[in-house]
Amino acid sequence: MAQISLKVNGMTRVVDTDPTTPLLYVLRNDLDQHGPRFGCGLAQCGACTVIVDGNAVRSCTIPVSTMGNKNIQTLDGLGTVEKPHPLQAAFIEEQAAQCGYCMNGILMTAKVLLDKNPNPTDADIKRALDPVLCRCGSHLRVIRAIKRAARTLQARA
Amino acid sequence: MISRRELLKGGAFVVSFSILGPLEKAFGQATAHIDPYGNPDYLDPRNLDSWVAVREDGTVIVQTGKVDLGTGIETALAQIAADELDVPFDRIRMQMGDTAKTVDEGRTAGSNTIQAAGQHLRQATAVARVELLKMASTRLDVPVERLTVKDGIVSDTADPTKSVSYMALVGGKKFNITMPVTGQQGGLQIAPAVKPKKYTDYKVVGTSVPRVDLPRKLTAAYPYIADVRVPGMLHGRVIRPATTLSKPRVDENSVANIKGLVKVVQDGTFVGVVAQTEWAAIQAARNLKVTWAAPSSPLPASPAVVDQYLTNTKSFTDNGPMPKGDTAAALAKAARTFEATYRWAFQNHAMMLPSVAIADVQPDKVTIWTGAQGPFTTRDRISDMLGLAKRNVIVNWVEHSGCYGRLTSDDAAEDAVLLSRAVGKPVRVQWSRQDEFIWEPKGPQQLMNVRVGTDAQGKMIAWEYAGRTFPWTEAQGTPQLGERQIGQKNTAPYPASPTGAGAVAQMYEIPNQKVTAAYIPWPQDDPTPLRTNPLRSPGEPAGWFASETMVDEVAAAHRVDAYQFRLRHLTNDQRASELLQATAKQAAWKERPSPSPDAENAKATGRGIALIARGPTLVCAIADVEVDRGSGIVTVKKMTMGHDCGLIINPDGLKFQIEANVMHGVSRALMEEVKWDANGIKTVDWKTYPVITFNKVPDVDVVLINRPERASSGSGEPGIVPMFAAIGNAIFDAVGVRLREGPFTPQRVKAALQSKTTATTARL
Repeated sequence: MAQISLKVNGMTRVVDTDPTTPLLYVLRNDLDQHGPRFGCGLAQCGACTVIVDGNAVRSCTIPVSTMGNKNIQTLDGLGTVEKPHPLQAAFIEEQAAQCGYCMNGILMTAKVLLDKNPNPTDADIKRALDPVLCRCGSHLRVIRAIKRAARTLQARA
Repeated sequence: MISRRELLKGGAFVVSFSILGPLEKAFGQATAHIDPYGNPDYLDPRNLDSWVAVREDGTVIVQTGKVDLGTGIETALAQIAADELDVPFDRIRMQMGDTAKTVDEGRTAGSNTIQAAGQHLRQATAVARVELLKMASTRLDVPVERLTVKDGIVSDTADPTKSVSYMALVGGKKFNITMPVTGQQGGLQIAPAVKPKKYTDYKVVGTSVPRVDLPRKLTAAYPYIADVRVPGMLHGRVIRPATTLSKPRVDENSVANIKGLVKVVQDGTFVGVVAQTEWAAIQAARNLKVTWAAPSSPLPASPAVVDQYLTNTKSFTDNGPMPKGDTAAALAKAARTFEATYRWAFQNHAMMLPSVAIADVQPDKVTIWTGAQGPFTTRDRISDMLGLAKRNVIVNWVEHSGCYGRLTSDDAAEDAVLLSRAVGKPVRVQWSRQDEFIWEPKGPQQLMNVRVGTDAQGKMIAWEYAGRTFPWTEAQGTPQLGERQIGQKNTAPYPASPTGAGAVAQMYEIPNQKVTAAYIPWPQDDPTPLRTNPLRSPGEPAGWFASETMVDEVAAAHRVDAYQFRLRHLTNDQRASELLQATAKQAAWKERPSPSPDAENAKATGRGIALIARGPTLVCAIADVEVDRGSGIVTVKKMTMGHDCGLIINPDGLKFQIEANVMHGVSRALMEEVKWDANGIKTVDWKTYPVITFNKVPDVDVVLINRPERASSGSGEPGIVPMFAAIGNAIFDAVGVRLREGPFTPQRVKAALQSKTTATTARL
């Protein structure tokens, strides 16, 4: 066990954990984050995605010990029911989720996409989201929602 | 009598004959009579308080034993209650699936939630409204006939200043009303004398109310089953091999160095670990050295061996609709006859979240948290397993990821119970991705043989369909993995009417018809990774693939357009005919025979059509595909979907259901296939079992036909049913080669292009 300091959604948190523990389990079990989710533990499905220093990272395989001083963003810190982030608002507007279990990975990957490419084409969105699995079939609505969010964010900029 | 094991000598199936013995009984459905009336194990369905409660703050709790499998059914059910009660939609709160708080309405399966629970809630809330009006009449001293309700406030039509709210009438109190109720589970009939509203008076039903769960789901504020944490909870993992279960030898020293390990649990052939942290449990499960004995009945060596077994083994039961006419005579005198055998592979449900459950086993009481489709089924299995009264097993339902039928079998709950019992503390069990892909009960391999006869005018006069498959081995009420591993045997008889892959009728006016589904007993008594479970519209996507591909083959052989050929055989079925025409119009279908005149192009395009009935719901699918002759890769460009399920409760929710079925259907039609050999399952993760991704999704155009005068029927599954056939027919249109087995992987398409067809028995 070791004391590890993590910066999650702008707050510094200290956890006492086995340093080989993948980040996902620390976020969920020690830091009460519900956004990142377990789907495969193999970095194949994307349900566990968090944003680390601006990049989408699969938290289910990356050891927590490698996270020191890095800025970790989770879906929990993006917006709330009362004050959703424009991405979340767009997904609600487009009714873009069925069971919603994969949505953490989709929203966090979409956030990174829009941060880097504020005006993505359908092809850009499909390419960026292709590694994130959605099993219920929300794909077309997700694409529409991301474009809607892009328009909102651009109008604000 | 020949034993199953003798049949399995040499690790391969040996063709057999009728061998009905005790093993066949191993997967029968328990049919214990449930009498919920006045039974302390159940909320009494006659009691209005079992269904509806008005809280002190004016919100209305509506309780149902059905659950939401990620489709948004919670919203649709709340719409029905809001209309019936005249309460604003946002004041309705649904309470779903908890065994101590809801009426047992049967499992959430078969696309029947709106059909069954929708009707139960409509009647119960109609009764509540009647009672509330009576109370208001007394309170206001106004006859009931003069009262009206708006937004949960009852007022006097003659003097609107006289009014009282539901909240003031019963807020926080019980109704204490007993209703006349008959039947049980999905067949409950509630207060039939009370007339609910007419569809013309609906205000909320029929509108696209946004989903109530999505704002929380999209902001990490919605608790999934994976998020449930119980005080004092430990983490468990279960260890199973990649092949048929056998006797384990466990070396506990192999995990002695793992910090936080609480216990290695062995119980019969059940092996698990319990640890203080999830990571310690994962490491212990990975590192625990378990040597499994050679299984007494290894897996069949290949899908081809299963085909042989299915073909040559006597069924334990056959079912199907009543035959019409004399099919054999009609085939004998037909101008032309057609016969082909179609095949579909084992497929996974492949949930995003592998199975998970939490159990807290106390000496006289067990509490379980699960996302199962049948919380009451889970409760009854666990109560049998532990010898506890049903009411002392409390099952709390919390939403899982979308499951498509997978959560009919609640193995994780049994795993959690066994581990919790062993350590005396609450234990959470999370299956790994590999556990899930190896051990999930699968959609079974299917064989379908179809024979058709046409007359001199090219009209179908004889139709013979014979399906062969396995029934659900993991059906409702059978012991799951954990129970079997600790030695429990199932003594339930084979079901008289099993489900799994029902007989697929066809829609057309054919005077002579014989349609049968043969159920073949699974030849192994030990729990096997090829055990089966209802997978979205069990058996029907493949059954209709055979049926609607054959219709297409016959149309093409007569050089008649595929749409026109269908239409000619639907002169008396107005609903089907209208749906077919509306869908073809939307897709701008151009009449010509298949294949396309451009079928020799390297990148060939084609269109295909399929029309199906699933219960009262009708679906027509038109696929536009592109086939790359070089690589064999099929791309579905667009699906046009026509859908008629009677009265539409929520148009946008329904549209989404159809889109979801399309994506699932494309995925299963093109890429999903369980691979295995005698040594075990080979598809163990998302790399080896690929599914549809964003780059491969088609456009979807939906045509909804609303028939408010008809009762609502299901939409959770029917949309997937025509998908395989529509896509396969489009591939034929594109390249002129018929695919009779699926999924249509690049390898199969290339092989078909080389050999001109994949069928082994076609005599076209």
